[in-house]
Amino acid sequence: MPSPPTGPTGSIALPEPAGGDVRTGERAGRGTADGGLGRRRAMRAHAAVATSLSVDGRTVVGRLASAPPLTLRQTGPYTVHLVSTAAGPLGGDRLALDVDVAPRTTLELGSVASTLVLPGEGESEMLITARVGAGATLRFTPEPTVLAAGCRHRLIVRLALEPDASVLWREEIVFGRYGEEPGRCHARFDATCAGRPLIRQEFTVGDPALDTSPAVFGAARCVGTTFLTATAKEALVADGVAVLPLAASGTLVSALAGDAVELRSRLKWGEKAASVDGDDCVAYGGRTGGPGIQ
Amino acid sequence: MNPALLLIADSRLPAGGHAHSGGVERAVASGAVHDVPSLSRFLRGRLHTAGALAAALTSAAALQASCTPISPAPDTTEAGTRDVTEAPPATEGGAEGGDDRESPWVRLDDEVDARTAAPAQREASRTQGRLLLRVARRVWPSSVLDELARTVPDPHHPIALGVAAHAAGATPEEAALAAAYHAISGPATAAVRLLGLDPVAVHALLAAFTPDLTAVAAQAHFAATSAYPAPHLAPRWEALPAYSAPALDLLAEQHAQAEIRLFVS
Repeated sequence: MPSPPTGPTGSIALPEPAGGDVRTGERAGRGTADGGLGRRRAMRAHAAVATSLSVDGRTVVGRLASAPPLTLRQTGPYTVHLVSTAAGPLGGDRLALDVDVAPRTTLELGSVASTLVLPGEGESEMLITARVGAGATLRFTPEPTVLAAGCRHRLIVRLALEPDASVLWREEIVFGRYGEEPGRCHARFDATCAGRPLIRQEFTVGDPALDTSPAVFGAARCVGTTFLTATAKEALVADGVAVLPLAASGTLVSALAGDAVELRSRLKWGEKAASVDGDDCVAYGGRTGGPGIQ
Repeated sequence: MNPALLLIADSRLPAGGHAHSGGVERAVASGAVHDVPSLSRFLRGRLHTAGALAAALTSAAALQASCTPISPAPDTTEAGTRDVTEAPPATEGGAEGGDDRESPWVRLDDEVDARTAAPAQREASRTQGRLLLRVARRVWPSSVLDELARTVPDPHHPIALGVAAHAAGATPEEAALAAAYHAISGPATAAVRLLGLDPVAVHALLAAFTPDLTAVAAQAHFAATSAYPAPHLAPRWEALPAYSAPALDLLAEQHAQAEIRLFVS
């Protein structure tokens, strides 16, 4: 994917199909059209973060392009947090985040709060594209995505790894706020290494006929996965969580739970089990031993 | 419809399908499936996740088979009766391995692997695929089945099913229908045996799923033809669906570690 043009404020404008309202930089707020009658325009935002290797071999967060509501803040030498500066996404919003981890650098990406997906006009979309270079480390551990009633959301992750990349990628989805039926969400996750597929997965939340099926989510209210490049020695299973060594390489920790706290603890148990058995240290917060993002 | 499809979908085809419950045995053990209504919810979820995925992959394999130019295998006269276990070992970088790595069957098999996160499910799929391939080569001898056996001796079940259906004269959409039916018929009869359910009530359940089977097969075929619209274009199998069912993954691994089992999976 070619690099989008960088604007003067460091924000980038995503070329969008006709009808899209491209908003970048600090001005990109939640606008209302039609003379303030309350009908809002859908947001189009494209944020990016990229690392580079300094001459003395350290990681430099060389590019940090926020596009509200996706605002990025550097919180450590190689740590970046997503800070939501507007509600949503709401229906119709199309958000994109590009993550580029240069060879032999480290990036930890988290978020300060969970993402609440709200209804609106049409479907909202979050597209995350990440490239992790040879020998680089990426730890992606945002707070959960919560599907509010009536939302219609697409969550697409494309993860392209080079050989010897070290990755921990966690994804958590909560079916509605407390006591609420979830809206609809379609999530797709694809990870490849040197072009070869490691894992491809998709699921839909919010179809009442399928959600409660004992084959799909059963009685769970949250679903989560963590993809790790470390390959667990063997499959493990505990209450609501399985550690699944993948066919090519890597591990998928897959969990179901009644609430977000239980989901997080099940995923972390699986991440730890996969990393202890495997050959990877990224689950403990990267090679430099700094504190990880929770 | 090609009558051969009836043979392929028949549970009496000696390809070992009866030994697998598709997660039902563990779901029964946990109490999640305990009567006809809960079995119905299980089967609906299975059909629209694992079943829809298997149908798309089966249709893709049948499409690939129909687009594969027939290249004479080294020993085609013998191949029809030869046991699969005698096929040369797979593609572990041997002397002729470099060529097989580019085989369309290896590529498609890799895509099935990537869509099957649970090792227990991969193993069950390859076991059933190997048995079906062995049976199909004897029942419907064809060079495309021989080529599959040569490059992927233990293919995933959807690949074996798609190529077998093609060899039997069925279309890719009919192959998808057989895959969708296979995804629920085995688990349904397993539940009858495990719970002592009324077999007529369970067959009424299966009959009620027929509109879903048609829809799943049609969508699967559409997905496969979208990924591989014409023989002269390179297939984009990465664009195929990748439906997953977290509970089925958990059930498969729980079952693999259970001490007492009636079914293999």
